[in-house]
Amino acid sequence: MRVISRRSRINLTVSGKMPSTPNIPLTAHDSYAAEEIVLRPGGNSRGYWTELWRYRELFAFLAWRDLKVRYKQTTVGVAWAVIRPLLVTVIFVTVFGRLANLPSPEGIPYPLLVLAGMTAWQFFATVMADGSNSVLSNANLISKVYFPRVIVPASVVVVAFADLLITGLMTLALMAWYGVLPPIQVLLLPGMILLALASALGVGFWLSALTVRFRDVKILVPFLVQFGLYVTPVGFSTTAVPERYHPFFALNPMVGVIEGFRWCLLGTGVVDGWVLPISVVSAVALLITGFRYFRATERQFADII
Amino acid sequence: MGIMSDTAIRVNGLGKLYQIGAAREKGDGLRHALEGTVRKWGNRLRGRATPPEPTQEDFWALKDVSFEIKRGECVGVIGRNGAGKSTLLKLLSRITEPTEGEIGLKGRVGSLLEVGTGFHPELTGRENIFLNGSVLGMGRREIQAKFDEIVAFSEVEKFLDTPVKRYSSGMYVRLAFSVAAHLEPDILIVDEVLAVGDMAFQARCYAFFAKLVQSGVSILLVTHNLLALKDYCRRGILLVDGRKVDDGPVHFVLQAYKKIMEARIPVSRDIGDGRIYIEGIELNGLPAVNGVPLDAGKQAVFVIYIVVELQTLEVYCNLTLATPDGQQLIHLRNDVTGPLYDLSVGRHIVSVTLANVPLAAGVYSAQARIVSQNIATPVLYDSEPFLIEVSNNNLPSSLVCPYHFFQHTTVGKCA
Repeated sequence: MRVISRRSRINLTVSGKMPSTPNIPLTAHDSYAAEEIVLRPGGNSRGYWTELWRYRELFAFLAWRDLKVRYKQTTVGVAWAVIRPLLVTVIFVTVFGRLANLPSPEGIPYPLLVLAGMTAWQFFATVMADGSNSVLSNANLISKVYFPRVIVPASVVVVAFADLLITGLMTLALMAWYGVLPPIQVLLLPGMILLALASALGVGFWLSALTVRFRDVKILVPFLVQFGLYVTPVGFSTTAVPERYHPFFALNPMVGVIEGFRWCLLGTGVVDGWVLPISVVSAVALLITGFRYFRATERQFADII
Repeated sequence: MGIMSDTAIRVNGLGKLYQIGAAREKGDGLRHALEGTVRKWGNRLRGRATPPEPTQEDFWALKDVSFEIKRGECVGVIGRNGAGKSTLLKLLSRITEPTEGEIGLKGRVGSLLEVGTGFHPELTGRENIFLNGSVLGMGRREIQAKFDEIVAFSEVEKFLDTPVKRYSSGMYVRLAFSVAAHLEPDILIVDEVLAVGDMAFQARCYAFFAKLVQSGVSILLVTHNLLALKDYCRRGILLVDGRKVDDGPVHFVLQAYKKIMEARIPVSRDIGDGRIYIEGIELNGLPAVNGVPLDAGKQAVFVIYIVVELQTLEVYCNLTLATPDGQQLIHLRNDVTGPLYDLSVGRHIVSVTLANVPLAAGVYSAQARIVSQNIATPVLYDSEPFLIEVSNNNLPSSLVCPYHFFQHTTVGKCA
């Protein structure tokens, strides 16, 4: 048997002017004792998570690409991440706080109440809008290279999360300006962020996979985002909703997220009773079903995209 | 080392089914899916079984394909368009799943179905090297380690920080290819990527493959460039209608491929209503059978003998020259430069003269056709395609070389 050294360098000299570089040991695939990958109908779910871990760098690169491209060639640039929620907050404060005169609990300045909600909602809405389109807009990749497809909607969540961080900082700045000190439960904020991430990932998985099969979803999404704004306490507090409806209201996981954000930052959210548990269950259910649906349909993506 | 099998790719009874046709178009809408679900649940509630939906047009893009590729083997896959080559590549690259059978891949798989997959126009060359490298399966460290080499190979150093949307297409392809060239796979799966770029670039790509094979990489290559296939692959696999019909030394497989290309004659019998047929064709006075010679750069006269059984007005005649795999190179119609023909019952002769043959040496397929302007089934007759052997000549070796001349004038000295 011919023994082939994988380390024998492939010399790509063009007219002999290539700089000579030392051999680069590539431990990842250096040994030919590599395990055989077997591809069968129905896919091999065995080792899916290890594989996902191996593709973490591609995940990072795709997220980085989307971040880089997001505000390219815009005059205002990243400032959009601040301007957009700020404008909506001003409008909401005027409409709900001034005109509709909705109550702001325990003397919390209305703009803070809205901005805390806005931070979470903007994140969720971005994931809905960009996530639903994500697989389609990466069709060139999906039809030419293999990688775990969940990376695509997940990287949208990362990009939206970057916006969330910016808006979050803005909220903190505004709190400082109003002289509002966050209560002790601010330590639980990471938990609320996790809840937001779970909901967003879930909805991203669902919508992106659905859009590939049913282009109708693309048309439906702007409507969903608009509708969501009415059933989510962004411009108002959940206290404005009659208490007996709270369990239903909390089926929308963003209710738990937003009230959780307010509770952690301003100490005034509606997290008592059923609201938070129901939202948590709802978010987890969304995440699990979304992931499953995505995994079940992804094998057809390249064929029907 | 001894106990290990040196098989790199193992394909066993591979099949891929696609559902095509109008039924699918309809079947993919949201409404249809909802209807189906509602009907199914309705039936379930009433305790009835849902009859299986009538299978739409099933199309096996690939069926019962088995082969093994050893380490360091370069195998060319050939076949006409639609024979299943791309499907095979997609299955091997894990882009789509097989319907039946299985594939075993040993080692790191690099698949190049396109040059520059994942390139983003807004990002700079530098950024795209990282992005594309990562898409192809390289790690960040690996890309960093090879970065200088990639840049040197691509010859775009000066434009590294320019968005690639401002690159010329040549620069773009060079950069993309040099990223791909620095992927060090155990198995490389390559599609028609080499169809892009100029001759020098293609030569460079092939040199690159040759080096890869020497170093023990297994390559599966799909290309229409039969000459290249002969030079770089020892073994060929011929696909016809999704099935493997030949597998062996590339020379024999190419012979089999040519035979199949020649055997697509009978179409002519099914076309038209028999009112007109082509009795024969001559090229420069020789009967147009397969292998009829032709000198590139010289004149070519095609004479088409037509028999008309029923008077037909306003028809035109066309002549097509194509590569053996069906890519049209020259398509000529008499009604472009003159009037349509009114053909009376009897014998007719149409001749087509090419002032010079603008083709490189090689084999081309030619076909004549008679088409009506005003009958419901417009194609009246297709001649049997025949292969023309264009012989060597002094022309440059581009695929197409029109009649041309250069002129040189000296306009004085510099001030």
